[in-house]
Amino acid sequence: MSTTDWPKVQLHVVTGKGGTGKSTVAAALALALASRGKTVLLCEVEGRQGISQMFDVPPLPYEERRIASGLPGSSDGSSADHSSAGSVYALHIDAESALLEYLAMYYKLGRAGKALDRFGVIDFATTVAPGVRDVLLTGKVFEAAKDGRKRGTSSRGGQQYDAIVLDAPPTGRIAQFLNVNGELAGLAKAGPIKKQADTVMTLFRSPRTAVHLVTVLEEMPVQETADGVAELREARLPVGGVVVNLVRPRDLSADQLEAARAGTLDRDRVEGDLRAVGVPVDDVLVEGLLSEARSHAERRALEESQRTLIGDIGVPTYELPRLPSGVDMGGLYDLAATLREQGMA
Amino acid sequence: MSRQRTRVGPLATTGEVAPSLDVDALLDNPATEIIVCCGSGGVGKTTTSAALALRAAERGRKVVVLTIDPARRLAQSMGIESLDNTPRPVRDIADSPGSLDAMMLDMKRTFDEVVENQATPEKARQILENPFYIALSSSFAGTQEYMAMEKLGQLHRDAKKSGAYDLIVVDTPPSRSALDFLDAPERLSSFLDGKFIRLLLAPARGPARIMTAGFGLITSALTKILGATVLQDLQMFVAAFDTLFGGFRQRAQKTFELLQADGTAFLVIAAPEPDALREATYFVDRLRGEQMPLAGLVVNRASMKPESELSADEAMAAVERLTRRDGGTDLTSGLLRLHADRVRIVEREAGLRARFAAANPSVATAVVPALATDVHDLDGLRRIGSLLADTAD
Repeated sequence: MSTTDWPKVQLHVVTGKGGTGKSTVAAALALALASRGKTVLLCEVEGRQGISQMFDVPPLPYEERRIASGLPGSSDGSSADHSSAGSVYALHIDAESALLEYLAMYYKLGRAGKALDRFGVIDFATTVAPGVRDVLLTGKVFEAAKDGRKRGTSSRGGQQYDAIVLDAPPTGRIAQFLNVNGELAGLAKAGPIKKQADTVMTLFRSPRTAVHLVTVLEEMPVQETADGVAELREARLPVGGVVVNLVRPRDLSADQLEAARAGTLDRDRVEGDLRAVGVPVDDVLVEGLLSEARSHAERRALEESQRTLIGDIGVPTYELPRLPSGVDMGGLYDLAATLREQGMA
Repeated sequence: MSRQRTRVGPLATTGEVAPSLDVDALLDNPATEIIVCCGSGGVGKTTTSAALALRAAERGRKVVVLTIDPARRLAQSMGIESLDNTPRPVRDIADSPGSLDAMMLDMKRTFDEVVENQATPEKARQILENPFYIALSSSFAGTQEYMAMEKLGQLHRDAKKSGAYDLIVVDTPPSRSALDFLDAPERLSSFLDGKFIRLLLAPARGPARIMTAGFGLITSALTKILGATVLQDLQMFVAAFDTLFGGFRQRAQKTFELLQADGTAFLVIAAPEPDALREATYFVDRLRGEQMPLAGLVVNRASMKPESELSADEAMAAVERLTRRDGGTDLTSGLLRLHADRVRIVEREAGLRARFAAANPSVATAVVPALATDVHDLDGLRRIGSLLADTAD
């Protein structure tokens, strides 16, 4: 009954090079997944409070909060009534809170937990101890994805989620971030932390997880995406799709683009059309339009070559338009609908 | 504070225009010894650093540029594709009394060198082999920031001694938060002073003098969580590292002072996007708070204003009329749509910049238009350099 490309996936990890809009894509994906009454959790781990900015809600605490209704309607577009919309919850994960929660949950460390804090151990573990930070952040995502969660964690009522979207660290760090085992190698060869890391890895390596990469049609981000996919595959982490973001509008046909590049667009015709609809015509306007078309066409040609490279990666790809006035809440829902039309959710 | 108090300071609605940043004056001033380029990820810090360094060299300065993670082809064009942590001369720079060396930071190597220089060979070996050191020096999220600053300190000391360079341009790591690198020295030194370290050192220093209740609790809790082996490794690491701590702290402090000195100029790099500019504002505040000398803001990848005055609304209205009229010709509609799109983006960017200028009124700004292609050779860097200095045609 589902038409999504990722029917088995519960954990969607979204990464991307800086500046490609990975947080926007993660938010849009969460909205798209939260349809047909589904409940979705959107997590951020980089301490930037990007979710609160995008959804225009107060800064998020370490507590799961409902921040928006999902995108109404199902993927086949049959029912677009609001009753079908699900809910998007959000969680801002910080390593210190995750560690304290972890200690309280698994070790019942009341007094000792406080002593650890007093001696600066919490501070040490979360800011300085290598790799521990990532283990805590990924461990928390794992906890949220678990069946039969305990109450009184970052979710008071032990809320269960149909899907979790993780706004993850950038492409250059993603394999290292998710490969918590690797990071701990040599540090904890045995013991409880190692065991915890193993369990987390089992989820990350399973078909229940997909790592999506966000890029724009430029050389460096595309190169980094290809490198990132290779790294993920090497680490045996499941690669999801590539989301091409900020795609330029396609208002000109292939022929017109070629003519624009060659400088052979029909100038007289453009002038005639403009006059016919009462636009005051002068050389600045017409030449401006033609030269804008030319630089657009040049850029589009470069985009096309990058699109081919993305195709070579061999994973499903999705494209999101560049919204000229920036991304606001309405824009996020538009992007969510676009993702769903293309089968990402 | 009463509500009636009149608002002082800039109004966000006045369409603030920032003073322009005179890049050439900055580069030519012999008092400028260090330029630090900072900003959030993906805004073109590395390219800007390289372009500034090249321009300064071709205007007669003896420059070294320290880059963190350049794109492969850019690194190749500068001759630094091999990571050997030493500045290498960049060939093919224009004839001038100046020179340009470039290097890519090898964070682990820099860390290793610090250890080797500070400890006896025996002790250094112990440290370098410890699993905690290996993890700390290669994957700890703050190490790159700290090592960039360490390397800057080294380059500056060497340059003072040998006179090989009179200008150092530094690119900063693509931090999660652009502020991380400022905190790195502080964080390291507060960690080194921390109670926890002293706690770990206690057993190594002989009979446990501070066998307090707290201590017992901690050790047993840690053993429970980490396992005994890990705790042992950690204790050995801290004990071996102990002798170096003083030196580290001193150097971190020196580097921090160097960043505050008059010869240093910070440039905040951003793109005309809300996130990048928000980060830039934090950065400006933070630099001011730490009394770091801020030279200005560079906004990369700006969209260029179209030449004609036709507004987006006018263009879209014309499209509508064209569609109603026949729909036979889509070329003119397409051109008008493209124009409207461009105008809207330019307006949005101008709005974002005006807001930044209103919040940070005295920050001198240079705006660099987006190029159609990525930069991966010296000519591309020269072009960026002249756009930065606003001398391009």
